Amino acid sequence: MHILLVDDEEEFVTTLAERLALRGFAVEYATKATDALVLAGNNAYDIAVLDMKMPGMGGLQLREILEQKYPNMKFIFLTGHGSEDDWRAGSSGAGYLVKPVDINTLIEKMKEATDQ
Amino acid sequence: MSIWNQIKPDFWRDKDISTGPYRRMFNFRRIWKMAVLLTSLVTLLPLIVITSIDYNFTQQSIEKEHLLRTLRVGSNAKRSISFFLSERLSALSFVVRDNSVEELYQPEKLHSILTNLRESFDGFVDLGMVDHTGMQRNYVGEYNLGGKDYSSQDWFKEVPTKQFHISEVFLGFRQVPHLIIGVRHTLPDGRFFVLRSAIDTKRFNELLSGFELSGKGDSFLINREGIIQTPTLYHGGVFDKMPYAVPQYSEFTEIREEKNATGEAVIICSAYIPDSPYILVIIKNKNELMKPWRETRIILIGFLVVSITVILFVILGVSTYMVNSMYLVDERRLSTLHEVEYANKLASIGRLAAGVAHEINNPLAIINEKAGLIKDIFSMKESYGKDTKLVGLVDSVLFSVERCSTITKRLLSFARHIDSAIETIQIGQVITEVLGFLHKEAEYRNISVEVDLGENIPTFQSDRGKLQQIFLNIINNAFAAMSVGGRLEVNVSYAQNEGIVAKITDNGCGMSEAELGKIYEPFYSTKTKAGGTGLGLSITYGLVQELGGRIDVSSRLGKGTSFTVTLPLNPPRK
Repeated sequence: MHILLVDDEEEFVTTLAERLALRGFAVEYATKATDALVLAGNNAYDIAVLDMKMPGMGGLQLREILEQKYPNMKFIFLTGHGSEDDWRAGSSGAGYLVKPVDINTLIEKMKEATDQ
Repeated sequence: MSIWNQIKPDFWRDKDISTGPYRRMFNFRRIWKMAVLLTSLVTLLPLIVITSIDYNFTQQSIEKEHLLRTLRVGSNAKRSISFFLSERLSALSFVVRDNSVEELYQPEKLHSILTNLRESFDGFVDLGMVDHTGMQRNYVGEYNLGGKDYSSQDWFKEVPTKQFHISEVFLGFRQVPHLIIGVRHTLPDGRFFVLRSAIDTKRFNELLSGFELSGKGDSFLINREGIIQTPTLYHGGVFDKMPYAVPQYSEFTEIREEKNATGEAVIICSAYIPDSPYILVIIKNKNELMKPWRETRIILIGFLVVSITVILFVILGVSTYMVNSMYLVDERRLSTLHEVEYANKLASIGRLAAGVAHEINNPLAIINEKAGLIKDIFSMKESYGKDTKLVGLVDSVLFSVERCSTITKRLLSFARHIDSAIETIQIGQVITEVLGFLHKEAEYRNISVEVDLGENIPTFQSDRGKLQQIFLNIINNAFAAMSVGGRLEVNVSYAQNEGIVAKITDNGCGMSEAELGKIYEPFYSTKTKAGGTGLGLSITYGLVQELGGRIDVSSRLGKGTSFTVTLPLNPPRK
C-alpha cells in the first residue's frame, strides 16, 4: 500500500510516517497541500491521509483536486477539530478520525478503505 | 381560603423581583389595584351621585306636591265651610229683616218660615225667637224647647256685643250634637231679640267627608281648645281631644309636619274658619302618601345595586384579565430572556470546550506518535525490548494520552451537539455521555449510579444536544437532591406505542404535592440560595416537548423522586 500523509504539524507527520514505514508501508509525507500535489504527480498513491485544517488549502479542498486527478485514490481524514461541518463532510464516503489516533486503528481504517 | 386559591390570578402569586436584569416591567398588584380603583371611581361615583341627586330631588318634589295638594284641599274646605255657615247666617239675617217682630212671635208664621228655609237651604232643624231677657218666646221644630231660659248661657251673654253668633257643636237640651246660628236684631226702642236656628251637623259631616283625601287622610273640625267637632276616621270621636297641638291662629291655611303617637310622620293642614269657633284640620299620614314613591324607590335602589354589582364584576373581570395577560407576557419575556441567556451560555461553553479540545489534541497527537515511535523502536531492538521498565513507562505515557483524548473527544462531542440537528441516536450512548460528565462528582459523594438498559431498545431519530441537556438537567437535580451515599437508577425500556421510556429515580429528599405542581414553572426554585435560577426543569420541559416527548414526575417527601421521559421514535415535523 502506497500512502500519502499530509499534515501541517511536521513533528506529527514525520513521526507517523516513520512509524508506518517501520510497519512496512510505503509512505511519503507533505506539510503543505501544494507539496502534496507535487508528490501525487510523481507517484501513484493508493490512499491519502489528510489533515482537515491546514494553512492555505485545507484537506477537503485537497481531496477534491486529488479525487479529480486520481479517481482511484482513497481518503482518510485526521483532525483535531470536532466541528459539525468537518464531521459531516468527513463521514460521507471517507474515514474520519480525531487526533490523537491509535496507529492500529489508522491502519485498520486504511485497509478498510482500500479494500472497498 | 381554598376558593381564593382557585380563583387567585397568576400575577397575585408573583414574587416581586424589583432589581437585576430579570426584574418585572410592572408591579402587577399595584396596577391591578389602581385599575380597579380608578375605573370603579370614574364609573361608580357619577352613577351614585346622579342617582342620589335624582333620588332626593324626586322625593322632595313628591313631598312638595303632596303638601301643595293638601294645602289646596284645605283652602277649598275652609271656603266651603265658611260659605256654608255664612249662607245660613245670611238667610237668618234676611228673615229678621223681612219680618216684623210681631210676625216672628207668631208660631204659624215662624213655622212657615222654617218650612221655606228647609226647602231653600239644607240643615235648618228648628227656629226659635229669644227675647232680650234670654227667654225663648217662640219655637218651631222637633224638640219642645218653647219657654226655655238661655239667659245664663255663654252665647247669650255675648249677644249684646255681637251681631250674630255661631256656636260650637254641643249636645244641649236635645242630647244630639248640633250647632246653633243666631242673629241679633235690635228694635227701634232699643230692645233686641235673637233668631236662632239649630243646624244639623250631618250636613257638615257630609261636607267634610266629601273632600278627596289620599293617604289615610282625615278631615274634621275642632274648636279652639282642640275638641273634635265632627266625626273623624282615625282621630277619635266627637268631643274627644285631638291628639295634636291646636294650631296657632292664622288668617291663612297653614301646613305643618308632626310625628304621631307611633312616631310616624303626619302632615297637618289647618285653617281657622272666620267668624266661627271652628278650625278645620286635615291630617294625612306621610308614609301612606309616600307609599307609591317607596315602591318606585325600591326599584330605583334595586337597579342601582344591580348596576353597581354588574359594573364591579366587569371591572374586576376585565382588570384581572388584562393585568394577568400583561403578567403572562412579561413572564414569557423573562423566560425567553433566560432561555436565550442559557442557550448563549451553553454555546459559549461549547465553543470554549471545542477550542480547548482542539488546541490540546494536536500536541497530544504528537506525544502519541513520538511515544508510539519510541515503543516501536524498543520493540524492534532486543536490548530495549527486554527492558520492561522502559516499555512500561512508554505504555503509561500512551495510556495517559488515551485518557486525555477520551476527555477531549467528549468535550468535542458536547460542543458539536449544541447546534440542533436530528440524527440517529442510541439512548444508552447519550446517557453514558451525560453520566461521564458527572461520574467524578458521584465518586466524591459516594453516590452509586446504576444504568439498566433494557433489551431491544431501538435507535431513534432525535436531537443529541437536546437529549444531553434533558438528561443532564434531570440527573443534576437528582444529584442535588441526594446526600452522601445516595443511589441513582436509570432504567431505559421500549414501549411499543409510546417509544423510548427513560426513568431516572433517586432516593433523595423528594418533594411535596404542592411543590410537585410548580416544578415546571419558570423561576420556581428551591435552590435560589444555592444559585438556582428555577429554570432547569422549565427548560427541560420545553426541550422534551420540542422533541415530541412527555415528561412525568412522581415524588414522595423524604423518599425520593422519579422522572420519566418518554420519547417518540421520530421527532415531530416542524
